[in-house]
Amino acid sequence: MFVLIPLFPLLGAAVNGLLGIRFFSRRAVGATAVGAVGLSFAAAVAALAGLLRSAEPVLVKTFFTWIPASVVRTAGGKAVPFALDFAFRYDSLAAVMTLVVTGVGLLIHVYSVGYMAHDRSYARFFAYMNLFTFAMLILVLGANLAVMFIGWEGVGLCSYLLIGFWFTKDAAADAGKKAFITNRVGDFGFLLGTGLLLFALGTIDIAGITAAVEGGGLATGTATAAALLLFLGATGKSAQIPLYTWLPDAMEGPTPVSALIHAATMVTAGVYMVARLHALFSFSGTALTVVALTGAITAVYAATMAFVQTDIKRVLAYSTISQIGYMFMGLGVGAYAAGIFHLMTHAFFKSLLFLAAGSVIHALSGEQDMRNMGGLRKRVPRTYLVFLVGALAISGIPGLSGFFSKDEILASAYASGHYLVWGLGLAGAAMTAFYMFRLIFLTFHGEERLAPDAGRHLHESPPVMLVPLQVLAGLAVVGGYVGLPRVLGGGAWFARFLETSTGAHESHLAAGTEVLLMIVSVGASLAAIYAAWTIYVKRRGEPARRLAGKFKTVYRVVSRKYFVDEAYSRIFVGGVIAAGRAADWFDRRVIDGLVDGAAGLARRVSRLTILFDDGVVDGAVNGVGRIHLAASSLLRRLQTGYVYNYALAVVLGAALIITLVITVF
Amino acid sequence: MNILGVPILTFLVFFPVAGMVVILFLPGSRTKAIKLAANIFTGLEFGATLLLLTRFDAASGDMQLVERLPWIKAIRAQYLLGVDGISLLLVLLTSLLTFIATLSSWQAVQKRLKEYYVFMLLLETSMIGVFLALDMLLFYVFWEVVLVPMYFLIGIWGGERRLYAAIKFFLYSLFGSVAMLVGILVLRSQHQTFDLTAMVAAGSVIPAALQGWVFLAFFLGFAIKVPMVPFHTWLPDAHVEAPTAGSVLLAGVLLKMGAYGFLRFSLPLLPEAARRYAPVLVVLALVAIVYGALVSLMQKDMKKLIAYSSVSHMGFVILGLFVLTPMAAKGAVLQMVNHGISTGALFLVVGVLYERRHTRLISEFGGLSSRMPVYAAVFLVMTMSSIGLPGLNGFIGEFMILMGTFPVSWLWTAVAATGIVLGAGYMLWLYQRVMFGKLSTPANESLKDLTFRELATFLPLVVLAFWIGIFPKPFLAVIDKPVEKIIRIVNPAHFEAPR
Repeated sequence: MFVLIPLFPLLGAAVNGLLGIRFFSRRAVGATAVGAVGLSFAAAVAALAGLLRSAEPVLVKTFFTWIPASVVRTAGGKAVPFALDFAFRYDSLAAVMTLVVTGVGLLIHVYSVGYMAHDRSYARFFAYMNLFTFAMLILVLGANLAVMFIGWEGVGLCSYLLIGFWFTKDAAADAGKKAFITNRVGDFGFLLGTGLLLFALGTIDIAGITAAVEGGGLATGTATAAALLLFLGATGKSAQIPLYTWLPDAMEGPTPVSALIHAATMVTAGVYMVARLHALFSFSGTALTVVALTGAITAVYAATMAFVQTDIKRVLAYSTISQIGYMFMGLGVGAYAAGIFHLMTHAFFKSLLFLAAGSVIHALSGEQDMRNMGGLRKRVPRTYLVFLVGALAISGIPGLSGFFSKDEILASAYASGHYLVWGLGLAGAAMTAFYMFRLIFLTFHGEERLAPDAGRHLHESPPVMLVPLQVLAGLAVVGGYVGLPRVLGGGAWFARFLETSTGAHESHLAAGTEVLLMIVSVGASLAAIYAAWTIYVKRRGEPARRLAGKFKTVYRVVSRKYFVDEAYSRIFVGGVIAAGRAADWFDRRVIDGLVDGAAGLARRVSRLTILFDDGVVDGAVNGVGRIHLAASSLLRRLQTGYVYNYALAVVLGAALIITLVITVF
Repeated sequence: MNILGVPILTFLVFFPVAGMVVILFLPGSRTKAIKLAANIFTGLEFGATLLLLTRFDAASGDMQLVERLPWIKAIRAQYLLGVDGISLLLVLLTSLLTFIATLSSWQAVQKRLKEYYVFMLLLETSMIGVFLALDMLLFYVFWEVVLVPMYFLIGIWGGERRLYAAIKFFLYSLFGSVAMLVGILVLRSQHQTFDLTAMVAAGSVIPAALQGWVFLAFFLGFAIKVPMVPFHTWLPDAHVEAPTAGSVLLAGVLLKMGAYGFLRFSLPLLPEAARRYAPVLVVLALVAIVYGALVSLMQKDMKKLIAYSSVSHMGFVILGLFVLTPMAAKGAVLQMVNHGISTGALFLVVGVLYERRHTRLISEFGGLSSRMPVYAAVFLVMTMSSIGLPGLNGFIGEFMILMGTFPVSWLWTAVAATGIVLGAGYMLWLYQRVMFGKLSTPANESLKDLTFRELATFLPLVVLAFWIGIFPKPFLAVIDKPVEKIIRIVNPAHFEAPR
C-alpha cells in the first residue's frame, strides 16, 4: 500500500503539468492537485494501518535494479559487488513522515486553491506543488542513500521553482538560485559522505549501514567523518549554521510554498535523514555533539534575528530555522524520537502560522510589513484566533502540541548531561515566545497603521482558506497528546512507536526533575510573553525603540543579519567570480595566446620557406605547405580550390608518413 | 545479419554515402527534395542502428558481428569492423544526434543546401566508421575523414569568425591525429598487425618504455579531441562559429571520439603506461572540471558557456576512465552518452534562440519564460540533466564516477564534486539571465514558442534523459562486460581477492 503514496502526486503533477496548463479549467486543475494529495494521504493512512497489523517492523519494496553491480574495493581490501536498487523502505519513521507530508500537504493544497485563485499560472503552481509532494515522499521512502538523494535534490528543484515562481521579479529568481546553490554545497557533503560509507562498508542501503555499524564494522573516525559530511548536507537542506542564509530569502515564494516546503516538510529533511541514520550518528559521539551544538546555537542565533524583523514572513522564517535547531538538539542528545516528535508538531503549528500570515497578507492585498499592520484582530477575527493558537503552541504553553515536543527535547538534553545545550534550548524557548508575541501584538493589537490602499479591500479569507487553518489549529492543539510523557500520565506512545526505526531512548530523569524542568521552561515562556505585552502593547513599542536607539550598533548588526549574507557573498560568491575572471583571462591571454602565437610563427616560417621553394609537391614542403595554406586562408575568403588542395595535402601527407614509418620499422 | 544484402555494419557505415549520392543527383533548386532526402536517410540510418540491437548479445564482452576483408595486403591492413557494447551506445548516439541535427537544420540552413547535407552525411559515415573500425589504420582513416566535413560545416555555414575557427579546429585536430598515427604505426611494428582485437589478445608485449612513448602519442591525439585542458581552446571557437547542427555533432559525438580512443586503445593496449600515467591524466581531468566550470561562469555568449561546460563535463569522463575502476569507467562511458544528450540538446536550445534573434549574447535575453513556456520547460529539463539532477541521466554518470573514484582517492572525489556545485552555478545563472526576470528587450516580445518540428527534435532527447536517469539498466548492461574487460586488463589488482 505504501507504494501508492508517492504515485498519486506524481500523476497529479504530470496531468496538470502536461494537460492542465493548456486544457483545464481552474476548477479542474485544483481538483486534480488536491485530489492527488488527498488520495496520497488516504494511502498513507492505509499504509500505517497495514504496518500496525504487520508482524514485520520494516517493509521493503524493491522495484528494479537501478544501477547494476560493479566491483568495488572497500577499505578492508575486499572486492565486493556493489549494486543499487530502486527500493522503498517503510517503517514507523517513514509512516510518521508520509502522514505529515501528505496530511499537512493536503491542507496546504486546499488552502492554495483559495490563496492562488487569482494567479495567472495556476496550473503551473499546482503541478510544482504536486511534484514537490512526490519528491518529498521519495526522499522519505528511499531505502538507500541514492534513492533518498533523488528526493533530496528533487525537493530542492521544486523549492527552486516555487521560490522563483513569480520569476519576473528579480528578487524571487535570485532567491531561488541562492537556495539551489547553497543546497548544492550541502549536497557536496552528502555525496562525499555517501562515497565514504560505500568505501567503508560496501553498501549505502539504510538497512546495510545500520547492520554494519551495529555489528561493529566501522571505525569511529570513519563514522565521525561520514556522519559530519552527511550532516553538512543536512545543514543545507534544513537551513542550519552555516548554510541557513537561503531560507529567509526563500520567503519570496508564494506563502503556501513557505508553509509546505519552507516550514513543514522539506526543511526538516535533514532532521529526517539524521534520524534515518541514527545508528551511524549514535556511533560517533563527536558527530552527535556537533549536531546538538549546531542545533542549539542555531536555535538561539536565529531567534535573535527574528526579534528585529519587520516582515511578518521573515519572522516566521527565522523562527523555522530556530525550531529546526531544536529538532537537531533533540537528535544530538540521542533523543531521535523527540526530534521527530517536534518535527511533526512543528509541521502543524508552523504551517498554521505561515498560512495564517498568508491570510493576513491576502486580506491586506499583499502587505507583509508589520509596521503597516496593527489592530487586525477585529478586522480578521478568525485568522487572529488561529494565529493565536499557533503562537501559543510554538511558545510551549502547556496543553498545546509544542509544549510536549519541546519539553521532551529539553528534558532529554538535561538528562544526557548536555547542560549547555539545555541552557541554550531554554533561552531559545523564551526568545521564541517573545518574538512570536511581538509578532502577534504588532500585527493584531494596538492601533491600525494600514497603508491607505492596503486597507481598502480588507476582508476575512474565504472558507477554502479558513477551514484548513482551523484544522491545523486543531492539530496544533491536540497533536502533542500522541507523545504525552509518562510523568504527565501518558505512555510516550509516539516514542515507543518510533522505537522500531530510531531505537529506544531511555531518559534517566526523576519525575520531580522532569516536572521542575517543565515549570522552568513554561515560566520562561510566560515571562517572555509578558515582556512582549509590556513592550509592544502597554508601552506601544517605546522600550524597543529606545533600546534600538541606545544600542545602535548592536541593533544594526542584528537587523542586518550579522552581515553574514554580505560576508558570504563577498568571500564565496566574490571568490568564485574572481577565480572565474582569472581563469577566463588565463584562457584567452595565456593558453590561446600561445596557440595563436605558435600559428603566427608557423606562418612566418612558412613564408620564408616559400621563398626557397617554388611550390613543387615533395615530402618536406607538404607539411609546411599545409600550414601555409591554412594560415594564408586565415586572411582570405574561403576558396573551395584551396580547400580541395588542402584535403589532398592531408591525404598525401598521411600516406607519406605511413610509408616512411613502415619502411623504418 | 544483412540489410539489403549488405552486412549490417558495412551498411551502417556506408548507407549515408548512398544518401550523399542521391542528394548529389538532385538538382540544387529542389530544396525541399534535398532536405527530405537528407532527413529520410539519416532517419533510416537511425532505424538501422536500432536493428543492431536485435542481433546484439549484451552478455558478451567481445566484438560482435565482425566483418573482415583484406584491404591493403602489403601492409596487412584489413577492412575490419565489429561492435561491442561501448561502440553500440556511441553508434546509436551518433545516428540519433545526426538525425536530430539534420532535422534541426530545416529552417536554419538556407545557403548551399546540397553541399550542406552532403557534408552532414559524410560526417555521419566517418563518425560511425570511427566507432566500428577495429583495424587501426581503418580507424585512422575514418578519424581523419571526420575532420573534412566538420571543417566545411564550420567554414561555410558558420558565424562571423568561421574561418579562424575552422582552421584552428582543423590544425589542432590534425596535429593530434598525426601524433596518433605515429603511435598506431609503432603498435603495428610491434604487433605486425593493425587488428585491434589481435593486439588485445596478444597481451602486453610492448616494453614499458616504448609503451610510454606510444601512450604520449595517443594522448596528444585523444586529449586534443576530448578536449583536455590545456588543449581545449579550439573548442569554444569552433562551437561559437559552427552552425547549430555542427555544434550538436561536435559536442555530441566528436568529443566522444577522444574519450573512446583512450578507452579503446590507450587502456587495453598500453596497460603499464596507462597505469603509470593515470594520475597525470586524473589531475588534468580535475583541472578541467574546475577550470572549465570557472571559465564557463564568465562567458557572455551562450554557446561559449556551454562549450566550456563541455570541457568540465569531459573532465568527468576522463576522470572516470583513468581512476581505473569498473564503476567509474562505466560511469564515464554512460556519461559520454549523457553529455551527448544534454549538451547536444543545449546547443539546440541555443539554436532556437539564434534562429529567431540572430544573437547568442546572454544579455540580449531575459524574461523569456513568460513568452515561451514550452521552450522554458525543455531548457529547464536539459539544464537539470546537465547539472546532474538525480532522476535524470547526468546524475547516474556523475554518481558512478564519483563513487568509483572515492575508494581510490577521497581527495580526487572532493575536487571533482566541487564541479557539481559550480555546474549548478553557471547553468542556473544562465537560465536565470535568459528565462527569468522581465522581458526587457523589445525584440523579444514577439518571440514564438517552439514549433512542432522543433519540439520533435527535442522530444527524443528529453525522453532519453528521463529514461537513463530512472532506468539506466539497459544502457549499463550493454557496456558492463566490455568495460570490465578493459579494466581487468589495465587494473587486474582491483579484482583480486584480498591477501
